[in-house]
Amino acid sequence: MTAQDTSKDQKDREPASQNGACNDAPWLDPAQQPFIEIQSLTKRFGDFTAVDDINLKIYRGELFTILGGSGCGKSTLLRMLAGFEKPTQGRILIDGVDITDLAPYDRPVNMMFQSYAVFPHMTVEQNIAYGLKKEKLPAAEIKQRVTAMLELVQLPELAKRKPDQLSGGQLQRVALARALIKRPKVLLLDEPLAALDKKLREQTQFELMNLQDQLGITFVVVTHDQEEAMTLATRIAVMNAGNFVQIGSPSEVYEFPLNHFVADFFGSINIFDATVHSREGEHITVTLEGSGTQIRTRHAQPLASGSACMVGIRPEKLLISKERPTLEGHTVTSGVVEELAYYGNRSIYRVRSENGRLIQVSAQNYQRSAALLLEWDDEVFISWESSCSVVLTE
Amino acid sequence: MKRPSTFLYSVLSFGFAFLYIPIFVVMTYSFNDSRLATVWGGFSTRWYSALLDNDQILDAALLSLQVALISATVATVLGTLAGLALNRMGKFRGRTVFTGMIAAPLVMPEVITGLSLLLLFVSLQELTGWPASRGANTITIAHITFSMAYVAVIVQSRLAGMDNSLEEAAMDLGGRPFAVTRDITLPLIAPAMASGWLLAFTLSLDDLVIASFTSGAGASTLPMVIFSKVKLGVTPEVNALATLVIALVAIGVAVAGWLMFRQQRLDSPAAK
Repeated sequence: MTAQDTSKDQKDREPASQNGACNDAPWLDPAQQPFIEIQSLTKRFGDFTAVDDINLKIYRGELFTILGGSGCGKSTLLRMLAGFEKPTQGRILIDGVDITDLAPYDRPVNMMFQSYAVFPHMTVEQNIAYGLKKEKLPAAEIKQRVTAMLELVQLPELAKRKPDQLSGGQLQRVALARALIKRPKVLLLDEPLAALDKKLREQTQFELMNLQDQLGITFVVVTHDQEEAMTLATRIAVMNAGNFVQIGSPSEVYEFPLNHFVADFFGSINIFDATVHSREGEHITVTLEGSGTQIRTRHAQPLASGSACMVGIRPEKLLISKERPTLEGHTVTSGVVEELAYYGNRSIYRVRSENGRLIQVSAQNYQRSAALLLEWDDEVFISWESSCSVVLTE
Repeated sequence: MKRPSTFLYSVLSFGFAFLYIPIFVVMTYSFNDSRLATVWGGFSTRWYSALLDNDQILDAALLSLQVALISATVATVLGTLAGLALNRMGKFRGRTVFTGMIAAPLVMPEVITGLSLLLLFVSLQELTGWPASRGANTITIAHITFSMAYVAVIVQSRLAGMDNSLEEAAMDLGGRPFAVTRDITLPLIAPAMASGWLLAFTLSLDDLVIASFTSGAGASTLPMVIFSKVKLGVTPEVNALATLVIALVAIGVAVAGWLMFRQQRLDSPAAK
């Protein structure tokens, strides 16, 4: 699956947004010039292909996230953008200029490293000024820009400190400031939040988004954390084994995953075996294995009638109740509560359905007593709106 | 916390006694007033002043210092370059062989190193006429060859423990390779270079075997003089000299250790 294929899918899926908000979604506008263009990029290490013939267009001002597990090739891709790895094949263009053969120090790109790589023998100020010093700018200008940058990342009082006197969050800001001060065309971020604790992460996440908005620099983020990708990104590229599996906005990859891999990567999902019954335009009707229930939902990819597929439904889209629900357009099944976990704001139930399948349901606890209504071994009904389910291929 | 047993304490004391009592005896007897090295005749510093009047010993000490200073400095430069090449040049042909070979002099018997260097100098002299005579310069060259191995190993282990992305970050920010080495790599390995220098210095100061092989008539280092003096019987003067050498070496080792320790402490917060 290449990037072009996927963006065509997106147009199929959301024809409405094609006419309207093109500024918010430049990737839907064929007339838009891509800012970063990656053309059939391949990187091999000996026999191992880390990045396999990738095509990608990223637009000005995007916060583009590349998401994947370890060893999927995402870091190699980032390192090729930064210039630390030479591609085996393919070209990289930034703002229309081919940078494939440029050395890291000649590229209009800066990187924030996962380890932050703050120089331990320099003060915060010297760290941030390093890039400008290498540009041989006059001292007065360096001073002024460093001061402004320290203000921007809210570290002015720490200018004279050495890195060993800083906390993890402060180091992260120094690394960010140091990468931003050269006003790069593209900022590359390698797992920018991985080293921070949970509270700090959420806060930093929003700061990062605000900063990006303020400066208008194109960000390319690499991460293995789907939550980080979802909250930060304008678009997410899910990567596996050196290829992109799906590229789309956070809600697209979450709500309309193309296949099992993507669906499973983003949170949990209940998977049912099914066969394709019929197709009409954008909609597809499938028959669930076992119960024989028919489900009609949106699916853009052509699937032959009678072929095997899977139906996925997210745990939070399922409703659980003691009485049989009588809602229009809902699929209903029954079962017995086998396990339940109380999380305070929500509860997770694992229900053994009538045909022996374990279904996971996540329910918001609207009322204080809501969590107590259902107990182990209770007979329950599970229902969902058929259009919430998604048809998946392997 | 559990108190260590008496057994452990006695084993520890025995071990340390075994290591350090001979040294303490030498140091104590250097303050002995008696002419007989083994009979205590009261406290005195007369053997230290006697040392200052002994031209043979002073000349030898000066030669030793000169050899140690030059060889440690050159060994540090060469060893650092070797360490950098082995660690930062990426994979090149024969890298594993080079890595093994740089460490080999550490375990090579000194007699063999000394002998092979002597043979080298002799055949060089026959072929090219240089070195015209063996002395300070041949000892210095010999000391450089074996002590640069120590420096290379220390620098290399420091580089191996250093985050590669520091240099990449500098390069990403516009530093060309030379600037990155000067601004980032060298300052960060400076403590390793300093402790390598100190180690090379003390090794050179201590060395008897290789110096004896590669020296010629008239050039005797301090260990050579001590050794030849002891052959005629231990004098309190030698004790005083030994005490001074021990003090110098102890300071060198302590400073080298402190530098390495400080480096480790500086490195650790980055990982938090």
